[in-house]
Amino acid sequence: MDVPTGRLAVWWVLASEIVIFGGLLSSYVMMRLRHGAWAEQAAHTNTWVGAFNTLVLLTSSLSAVLAHHAAERGDGPRAATLLRYTILGGGIFVLVKSFEWTHEIEQGFTITSSLFWSFYYTAAGLHAAHVIAGMVIMFIVARTAARNEALHRVENIGIYWHFVDVVWIFLFPLLYIAK
Amino acid sequence: MPQQSHASVHSHGQTHYIRIWAILCALLAVSVAGPMVGIRFVTLATAFGVAIVKAFIVCSQFMHLNIEKKFVVYILGAMLAFMIVFFSGVAPDVLEHEGQQWQKTYVEPAAGASTEH
Repeated sequence: MDVPTGRLAVWWVLASEIVIFGGLLSSYVMMRLRHGAWAEQAAHTNTWVGAFNTLVLLTSSLSAVLAHHAAERGDGPRAATLLRYTILGGGIFVLVKSFEWTHEIEQGFTITSSLFWSFYYTAAGLHAAHVIAGMVIMFIVARTAARNEALHRVENIGIYWHFVDVVWIFLFPLLYIAK
Repeated sequence: MPQQSHASVHSHGQTHYIRIWAILCALLAVSVAGPMVGIRFVTLATAFGVAIVKAFIVCSQFMHLNIEKKFVVYILGAMLAFMIVFFSGVAPDVLEHEGQQWQKTYVEPAAGASTEH
């Protein structure tokens, strides 16, 4: 079928991830349409923080695809450097998210405050867990890529990272813009 | 199986990817500016319409789904179809109070009466 085993495995993982995030977001949309009062709760999320994190993830996706481009040319060290930039982007995303959550919890908006906040913390938390997992895997891939070994993994982890980016692209308007 | 990258079948340079990133950033600005207009339709169109466009661009240009084998696209598409089936099947129970053969007996609290919903 001409698709390398590793990349095919990544696509299957992402297929299952579509069901996980799709089910969660579909449920959110249904409940949101049912409960108009959720808009009052959503008004407490900070659009600018969400937008900044979107920008960070889009930029980290750029460095991931440039790492793939470098790996394609056989330049492992360059690919490793770009992957580390991507890890840095993920780190900034998680850091901003942790400050944001701290502020919201201090305001009294916890996971048990209401159904909206339950969805908010579940969806954003699940996404953040995927970001952290991607950073760990990327760190391992960058180490081997720096030695010009197993460069095909650069593309595989890049595909995963872009998917995490796509999930956030939908989470951003759902949690931060629709108020 | 040889671990061959499918990027070998295209010749995009760094400039191309930076241009795509710039377009994505411009679309992000549109989705943030949309609600400032204050018209609900514009907010929804710029938020979710732009999100779909951004996702499409990332999938096609960064994930290279536009040049990936078709069966991979079909696998991912099938998962999205499952989501539509799920939504279509469950949404009426959540959004409607009654149907042809059923009636919801649960009484929803009035909006603003409780923060539990």
